[in-house]
Amino acid sequence: MTVLLKGKLANKVRLQRPNVVRRQGERQLRLAVADVADGVALWRLWGRLGWNDILQRYRRSLLGPLWLTASMGIMVLALGVVYARILKMALDDFMPFLCVGLLIWSIISSVLTEAGTLFIGAESYIKQIRLPYSVYVCRFMWSKTIIFAHNFVIYLGIVIYFKLQPGGAVLCAMPGFILILLNGALTSLYVGMVSARFRDVPQLIASIVQIVFFMTPIMWKPELLGSKSVLMTFNPFYHLVEIVRAPLLGQVPSAENYIALGLISMANFLLAAVLFVRFRARISYWV
Amino acid sequence: MTQSILALDHVSVSFPVYQGGSRSLKKRLLSRGSAGRIARDSNDRIIIDALHDVSLSLESGDRLALIGENGASKTTLLRVLAGIYEPVRGTVSCHGRISPMFDIGLGIDPDLSGYDNIRMRGLLLGLSSQEIGELMPGIAEFTELGDYLDVPVRTYSSGMTLRLTFAVATCFEPEILLMDEWILAGDAHFMDKARARIDSFVRRASVLVLATHNLDVCRRWCTKGLWLQQGQVRAFGTISDVIEKYQDRAL
Repeated sequence: MTVLLKGKLANKVRLQRPNVVRRQGERQLRLAVADVADGVALWRLWGRLGWNDILQRYRRSLLGPLWLTASMGIMVLALGVVYARILKMALDDFMPFLCVGLLIWSIISSVLTEAGTLFIGAESYIKQIRLPYSVYVCRFMWSKTIIFAHNFVIYLGIVIYFKLQPGGAVLCAMPGFILILLNGALTSLYVGMVSARFRDVPQLIASIVQIVFFMTPIMWKPELLGSKSVLMTFNPFYHLVEIVRAPLLGQVPSAENYIALGLISMANFLLAAVLFVRFRARISYWV
Repeated sequence: MTQSILALDHVSVSFPVYQGGSRSLKKRLLSRGSAGRIARDSNDRIIIDALHDVSLSLESGDRLALIGENGASKTTLLRVLAGIYEPVRGTVSCHGRISPMFDIGLGIDPDLSGYDNIRMRGLLLGLSSQEIGELMPGIAEFTELGDYLDVPVRTYSSGMTLRLTFAVATCFEPEILLMDEWILAGDAHFMDKARARIDSFVRRASVLVLATHNLDVCRRWCTKGLWLQQGQVRAFGTISDVIEKYQDRAL
């Protein structure tokens, strides 16, 4: 069905059913792989851009990026004292648990809520110069990592104050954190793409993240669910948090956590790969 | 036999216009749920054919002027050449490094110093830190900003900012240079000084594609012309032929 508009634009504008774009799939796959490889190789560029994103926000303020640490520290302190009392738990047990949980949650939630602006926010770049799209993803994850590093100082403070001795298990935190970053990169890639096309996705995600925060054991311990604590097996965010929180508190994450992470990573990878291969070329049209 | 450096083969580009409605997920889901009845109108997207079946081939040494009225899709064609828009149909092939010069202010952060902005811009253009280091003295000299390069660009006057961006944008060796016309529209006083630099910059490029309304600029720099009208090629050939046809269009 093709309806021609009358008037001056008649030659240019047509109303029509959306036409399906067909291209050689194999070529798109190669371009998508090249995009990721080239993007990662441009680490100097995204390193600088990501670092700049942080500096920009705190420029000319006295504390600079340490504001991140300060505001997070105050939140951990306030929530810790109040909720330890509400939940009738010992402060030296609850405070480290809450602190580590909030640190990890802050990176997960900021990745999810801000991924929507990943490509939309880089419109001026995307429309002016051809850069691998993965550069924007790396820049995003890099700036999130920097923020996490600033917040991490609080954990060190807690370790010293409560005289924690996490022992050798703490070594498991690093691979766990890398898994979180990997999943963050994959998720932000497809969330960024879908958000560029459908502009209500960022709002949708923001409201879901809010709910997930209360559903995930961060402010409360999973044991409080009692016989229903098995429910947490089906909460992917529980595993994402636990994979780093447990080692930082001196326990090795369970096999269940690792299996869950494997499944989550696989699902994220498939989703990101399919969408990126299929729609990579459309991103510049969408933003 | 000369090899084509930049070639378009039957390239078409069309833009779906996501007018509020069709961009929302709600409309999508509603139209699914109602077998396409309720939101049918918004699902019948408007599609603008920006480029239609454009073919061209450029060899080393070619200087192409894109001529056409406003809305003739000159900028879209430049962006297709730059690889920003991948065409809906047809293929773009290119051998060599593309240097797009559409927005010379891209990546300029007002809170960074002049030097840092030069480095940032260099990275965006794909230069290594070492290359940037080598080019730095020449850039600094051209801008005549001296010690100002150490303070944030925020404090510069607009003329100073223009000098900085211009110097950075023209500091490297272009291979395939794509330029949009308004680059040339600086303030007259500065452009006198810039003219010599941009002349030599453009001459160093092995292929130039310039979108412009200014026929004098075309004659001075270009050897070939392409007249675009509403996304279609009206004429492609030597610059004098194309300009002649373009000027006869109203008659």
